[in-house]
Amino acid sequence: MSSMLHIVNKSPFDRNALDSCLRLAGSGSAILLIEDGVYAAVAKAAQADKITGRMGDCSFYALGPDIAARGLSDISLIDGIQVVDYEGFVDLVAEHGATQSWL
Amino acid sequence: MEDFDDDGPEIIKRFMYVNRRAPYGTIYALECLEVVLVAAAFDQDVSVVFVDDGVCQLKKNQDTTEIGMKNFSRTYGALDDYDVEKIYVEKESLEARGLTVDDLVIPVEVVAAAQLQVIMAQQDVVISS
Amino acid sequence: MAYEINGTTVEADEEGYITDISLWNPELAVLIAEGENIEMDDDSWEVVNFLRNYYEEYQIAPAVRVLTKAIKKSLGPEKGNSKYLYELFPYGPAKQACKIAGLPKPTGCV
Repeated sequence: MSSMLHIVNKSPFDRNALDSCLRLAGSGSAILLIEDGVYAAVAKAAQADKITGRMGDCSFYALGPDIAARGLSDISLIDGIQVVDYEGFVDLVAEHGATQSWL
Repeated sequence: MEDFDDDGPEIIKRFMYVNRRAPYGTIYALECLEVVLVAAAFDQDVSVVFVDDGVCQLKKNQDTTEIGMKNFSRTYGALDDYDVEKIYVEKESLEARGLTVDDLVIPVEVVAAAQLQVIMAQQDVVISS
Repeated sequence: MAYEINGTTVEADEEGYITDISLWNPELAVLIAEGENIEMDDDSWEVVNFLRNYYEEYQIAPAVRVLTKAIKKSLGPEKGNSKYLYELFPYGPAKQACKIAGLPKPTGCV
């Protein structure tokens, strides 16, 4: 069975969607941050260790257009998070067996 | 009606608008900004506060080309023309998000939560979004 | 409503503000101005261009008192006053000039 793609679109400071996702995503999952979810990718943010803690067994992605819109292009993101464009988003969905959106 | 009398209202009230949401993900930030600009026409004592994810509204270098939405971060620069001069950003919220005052699009007063408590307590009306 | 110019149709709301800012051009401005009984001269163009620059920078059409103040700051007090601006745009400098400039109705205009 192929691994699952988890999509988080809520700010980690405003909602607990990222917390729930990280608690329940199995080993080998791909986690894609979009919309306000991209605030979780900021390296110096207070909760960055939540993601770094799972970096070993999950792969992390963030959507470039949402990073640019929020002015985060000039800021360091957590090492290991791959920035993808809309095509990369589609590829991730196609590559994974199932997609779960943590709304 | 476009014109205004020079004599303002008899009682000036202190209005504070508290921004707590990130831009773009929801409509709250843009709606609150529009409310502030309209309210600024009424010669009240207006202050604008950014706490929690609200501080993200002021992040420099926003480029919304690819998400197809209006980059309203540039509109904060007009607050001065609208005579909105009291703009506070909570220090704790800024730091939690890995940001500093240099990351912001307009000059603001960075205040600690303890100071903000005092400023908030002085208001007649507080509107939060 | 809509404006017809050079064989194309530019959509506008019921008050005559065009709905797609990117379709604006100087010829359209002259056409909108005609509908407002305004003949575009250098002085009225100066205000219209000022508004377009303001929108470009801040992404809003300013309310009339804000426009007046901003013009005073950059073009001087002889132009940044109500009398001068109302002579150019009798039905409201912000409203009429914004319409001609292809911008939305001013923000904070009540």
